[in-house]
Amino acid sequence: MRRLLVGVGIAGVAVGGALAQNRHDPDRAVLEKAIKDSWQQVAPDWQRRLVQDETQAACSLYRNNPPPAVAAAITAREKASIKYPADGKVMGDWKKGEKLAQSGYGMRFTDYPPRAENGGNCFACHQLDPKELSYGTLGPSLAAYGKTRNFAQADVKAVYERIYNPQAAVACANMPRMGASGFLNLEQIADLTAYVMSPESPVNK
Amino acid sequence: MTWRPRLLAALALWLACIGPVAPGRASDDATERELEKYRQMLKADPWSNPGQLDADRGEALWREARGPNNASLEGCDLGKGPGRIEGAFAELPRYFKDADRVMDLESRLVWCMEKLQGFGRSELLKRPYSKANQSGTELEALATFIASKSNGATFAPSLQHPKERAVLALGEALFFRRQGPFDFACATCHGESGKRIRLQSLPYLSKPEEARQVVGEWPAYRVSQGTVMTPQHRLADCYWQMRLPLIDYGSDVTVALTMYLVNQAKGGAITAPGLKR
Repeated sequence: MRRLLVGVGIAGVAVGGALAQNRHDPDRAVLEKAIKDSWQQVAPDWQRRLVQDETQAACSLYRNNPPPAVAAAITAREKASIKYPADGKVMGDWKKGEKLAQSGYGMRFTDYPPRAENGGNCFACHQLDPKELSYGTLGPSLAAYGKTRNFAQADVKAVYERIYNPQAAVACANMPRMGASGFLNLEQIADLTAYVMSPESPVNK
Repeated sequence: MTWRPRLLAALALWLACIGPVAPGRASDDATERELEKYRQMLKADPWSNPGQLDADRGEALWREARGPNNASLEGCDLGKGPGRIEGAFAELPRYFKDADRVMDLESRLVWCMEKLQGFGRSELLKRPYSKANQSGTELEALATFIASKSNGATFAPSLQHPKERAVLALGEALFFRRQGPFDFACATCHGESGKRIRLQSLPYLSKPEEARQVVGEWPAYRVSQGTVMTPQHRLADCYWQMRLPLIDYGSDVTVALTMYLVNQAKGGAITAPGLKR
């Protein structure tokens, strides 16, 4: 059986059996050298963006289909990252959430110095308010998401957590870990939660 | 030269059809439909693609003696021998013994401009991409010209040399490498059929049938930008959207990804310059 060691994080984990037979992966050192050599003029704070964390490295290696033990390690680690607002209120202002769901602004190298707050860009991948026709399909439709769940409190919390860090629920989910990465703050995530879960939100009308 | 009046007529018609194009949002599907009409017009009259202006200028730049060495690029070997440009783009990226490196069209052009014409690398790469509504940069014009000389050919990467195969393997791994603040890989958006961002359709680039339809369109004239965009620029744009820093021109990563995409598109027709949103 082929044994590969992936970085420091999951070093020592035997992964051979889970990989497709016909893959010819380059050595990780070769891959990482190519990355380093391809962004030579980069300031140190930007250089960090090129370096993978443990979760990114594992999801890349398994092409988002990690074996159960690796998946369990990812969800446990990512769950531990989730922080909640100090007052415990995970339901914010849906109107602010709507603006955030429409905006794709933030963290591109042309977005500095910031001219607006970072946006969640939810419509890039999800249907939400059914009146908005310009929505993407990379993620599932979230139209009437709260209504379908009778606006249950447990689901409100689950939505907050799903936005904060989707990989706490699904290892190697495609969606960005917007809270864990610091891209959105706790208040913004609560506002987005309200946009999805509030009975007044157009998402649920 | 009979094509200039036709080009202007086609441009006027296109402007009448779709007006100024707002990127993103609800105009996208209507824009896409009008673009499809325009693409059909172009098939009837390929010279009406504004990207042909860049190809035309690229041809002049290719033939002109320039740079500190006052040399033309006609001695440049794009893989089929010095000056042989017909069909060369279809077989790139490939290994070049003189550089001991696998190169795509654009990194090879820079190499030839350095070695044959004596230009300084940093000078050449100071401004490799045109801004919206500017005519193409010299590199863009040259790349568009050379690519257009493979029109009608199909992608046929050689993969004979071990370094070519290593670069292909690197490109595939890079396609699936998740990174940056959003955890994005190329595969995040281009890993499934029938998906879209907002209203923009996304090709599933690991599926040869879909890769063959789109890879051969680059370099392409981008209607929303009013300028030609090369494969190098297209990949840099993806990484920009993925929240990574600006990638180096002709880097190992862009060459490897190009190799992966071209290999996926093997057998697909080259129709450069294409016409994109």
